[in-house]
Amino acid sequence: MGRNATTAAKKIANVETKPLMGNEALARGAWEAGVRVAAAYPGTPSTEILESVSTFPKEDIVAQWSTNEKVALDVAMGASFEGVRSLSVMKHVGLNVASDALMSMTYIGVNGGLVIIVCDDPGIHSSQNEQDTRLFARFAMVPVLEPSDAEEALSYMSAAYDLSEKFDTPVIVRSTTRLSHTRSPVTLGERTEVARRDFDDNPQKNVMIPSHARIRHSTLIEREKNIAEYLETNELTRWEKADTSVGVITSSISYGYVKEVLPNASVLKLGGSYPLPEKKIRDFADSVDRVIIVEELEPAIENQLKIWNIKAQGKEFFSRMGELSPELVRDGFIKAGALPAEAGIADVFEIEPVPRPPVLCAGCPHTSSYMVLRQVEARVAGDIGCYTLAAVEPLRAIDTCVSMGSSIANAVGMAKSGVEEKPIVATIGDSTFLHAGIPPLIDAVYNEANITVMLLDNHTVAMTGGQDHAGTGKTLRGDETHRLNFEDVCRAVGVKWVQTVDSYDLGAMYKTLREAIDFKGVSVLISDRPCVLDPVKIKGPALAVIADNCTACQSCMNVGCPSISWSDEWFDGRHKVKIDTSTCVGCALCPQVCPSDAIQPLNRS
Amino acid sequence: MDKKITHKEPVNVLVVGVGGQGVIMVSKVLATICQEHGYQVKQSEVHGMAKRGGGVFSHVRFGEQVYSPTIPKGSVDVLLALEWAEALRWVNHIRPGEGTFISDTQHIVPPFACRNRKRGAEAGYARETSDQIISRVNKGFALDATTMARELGNERAANTVLLGLLSTTLEFSEDVWCDAISRFVPPKTVDVNLQAFEQGRAWAAMDHGTPEPVVHNDGPTPVVVGREEHEMSDFVQLDINPAWCKSCDICVKMCPERCLKLDDQLKAVLTDPDRCTGCRICEWLCPDLAITVHRTPEAARAAAQG
Ligand SMILES: Cc1ncc(C[n+]2csc(CCOP(=O)(O)OP(=O)(O)O)c2C)c(N)n1
Ligand code: SF4
Ligand code: SF4
Repeated sequence: MGRNATTAAKKIANVETKPLMGNEALARGAWEAGVRVAAAYPGTPSTEILESVSTFPKEDIVAQWSTNEKVALDVAMGASFEGVRSLSVMKHVGLNVASDALMSMTYIGVNGGLVIIVCDDPGIHSSQNEQDTRLFARFAMVPVLEPSDAEEALSYMSAAYDLSEKFDTPVIVRSTTRLSHTRSPVTLGERTEVARRDFDDNPQKNVMIPSHARIRHSTLIEREKNIAEYLETNELTRWEKADTSVGVITSSISYGYVKEVLPNASVLKLGGSYPLPEKKIRDFADSVDRVIIVEELEPAIENQLKIWNIKAQGKEFFSRMGELSPELVRDGFIKAGALPAEAGIADVFEIEPVPRPPVLCAGCPHTSSYMVLRQVEARVAGDIGCYTLAAVEPLRAIDTCVSMGSSIANAVGMAKSGVEEKPIVATIGDSTFLHAGIPPLIDAVYNEANITVMLLDNHTVAMTGGQDHAGTGKTLRGDETHRLNFEDVCRAVGVKWVQTVDSYDLGAMYKTLREAIDFKGVSVLISDRPCVLDPVKIKGPALAVIADNCTACQSCMNVGCPSISWSDEWFDGRHKVKIDTSTCVGCALCPQVCPSDAIQPLNRS
Repeated sequence: MDKKITHKEPVNVLVVGVGGQGVIMVSKVLATICQEHGYQVKQSEVHGMAKRGGGVFSHVRFGEQVYSPTIPKGSVDVLLALEWAEALRWVNHIRPGEGTFISDTQHIVPPFACRNRKRGAEAGYARETSDQIISRVNKGFALDATTMARELGNERAANTVLLGLLSTTLEFSEDVWCDAISRFVPPKTVDVNLQAFEQGRAWAAMDHGTPEPVVHNDGPTPVVVGREEHEMSDFVQLDINPAWCKSCDICVKMCPERCLKLDDQLKAVLTDPDRCTGCRICEWLCPDLAITVHRTPEAARAAAQG
């Protein structure tokens, strides 16, 4: 018998803890820190933070979805002006959107404490890039704290608010996908009610005009120095004295990998990774034979040490790309000679894994939009959302995808380029349209671009798990509110051709798209059907394939529906198809493309 | 073969499957039980794209002190797979010669695997059989949990059948598992899930005539399981009679390979002969019989020309 789990692992004494996901711990930390106002725009891996904040009582804390990240940050700033603690949450690329506000806000500072939780996505599990927020923090001269597990995620929130109010600065708490989505035990505390501070009637500080900003800039430089000094002795900076042959400087989730792989090394764990405590780092470096820095993504710590002429190594052993893991950290230490080289474990099985990329759901209402777009051979400027999955075969009907809201303005540019090879269409989801699609639509009308916009209204923010937005008529807490009407918005900005079509009616979609393209000027076609997955799972009666009629032509396989796959029967050298009744939602798109009428309701076949 | 383990070393369970199968629910049940027994637990997964039919995995580690949230390759003590191809994707992560392999043998064939349009092409899905795998792991269970659950009246209880198996490899008592399962499954399905759990435990206790375990003293030898292709190559020729074509566009719209178009004269033409598979849809659908598909097997053609 091999290793039996029963004998492994000793229990820890009865500690009263609760397992929380990193994101839930951050939310709890905000609530415990006495936050009054929290605003966010969803984005993986940060989405669950505000959802979790909204489980705390309304009387304690306002929790709201904002239209985009800049709005969310400005809302939090407003609350801070009024003297209460506030929170804004976003994913890493959300900070790009909010950055204009941030770059002035850092000059202004705070009244009530202000924390921005930013979740990075090393490894690009669900994003368009893997930018490192620590570089942004440095750019904005805003301190950044990096918890390494859920326990710290909770406790660092209070520390962040203290720092914010003590030094008159917004504070970034940086998480990563791994931390946000790892559940581990957390010690719970109580909420601290923080007294509201009076509004600070001080235009020199709160109104950023050139003469005020010049003065504030010097305050900023002073502040950076003071915070660095604070971090010299604060418990956020932790020196774990041990074997001095190797000293490791690390932060965030990387700390866990270091402890796993090199448990005996001396470690300087930086709870705050900007600004850095120079003296502490020097002392640490002097106390060990060599310094190795383990940080995910950019050499943010390493570069600062280079500037200070402190001898250290890092990125020569650890990649600047992707997520770290115990394996990669071990490999890095081996490369550095800090661990003996070990024979790699040979694979027992030689297996070619079955590729299983994510696909649009069975019955996804976005499917038909891209089927008809492919038919009309349009140049398609895409956008960000579930529908970006239509960029690959079999739909393969998106030519570009840049950032949220880019599609419409990209289409304007395409139209203005004077190339008239193909009709130009922008496709954009409902939430993305609200986030950043309205200004470019105004631009298209104003500058008389000849484009078609396909607004994919699936009544939710599907990609991030089905959140509400201004177009759903529901708030984050589930309360009824005004429901924005997309047709009205388009008409109000001057679009003359607006039509709404049922996404499941392939014929109508095709015909209407042709009309929209023929219209000279800006036309908006709204493809309208709720997402089948969120907020409610939709399941209609399943369809089935009448095998005798199926000619194995593979037309229905072009729908890309995950419920359709090959059966064991063949026709003329090709597999016939079958439909998985447990997952088919009965959208009836596939029968609309079947040339031999082989797909029928289950009970009739 | 026994390897002494230190107290500090955590136990590593890797739960894998396909989006929507309940990987996260399964790992939550386990993590909760470990937590309630006073262990440090880390449970790590990646949300996001997961729901949309992609592969999903969740790392559960418990012990006195757990640092890394993810399990290093080669350190998985129990692999629990809800789907066969996903089990195979992760099987090499099991601690060689020591870990336990538990998998449902059901196949969820992704659309991606059914894309080869060549005549004779097989689905690009795993061909490895359960015997091939079970014979080379220290301890292995491969069973059709989905069918077992369906027979109990709820296919979704397949996960709980697997939890029943998992429970036999860990220290926690049966009651503890039943209690946790009852709390995590939808209230209406508690009974069927508890039955499923019992069936899983019973299955583990039965003798299935598992193939003799392979001794790994002389180091592992990789098992190579080939993926044969039976493609037949055809030479396809499309005869389109422009005189009969009335530009109705039907063949263009219906061609599954999207390789026809109307030319400047609005006559159907083949745009991409390499994509045409000779499926004959256009021939059958053309109202004016303007299209004929000629298909000669490559070999026959070569012989004729030779
Ligand atoms: C600036 C920015 N914020 C957030 C995200 C995360 N994100 C990706 S797609 C998406 C919304 C998609 O919603 P919608 O446009 O309605 O399309 P759906 O997913 O519903 O099809 C969000 C919030 C992002 N990629 N970039
Ligand atoms: S979650 Fe909704 S929008 Fe996204 S792929 Fe599934 S059905 Fe489509
Ligand atoms: S009706 Fe066809 S396309 Fe729609 S979900 Fe069912 S199998 Fe998929």
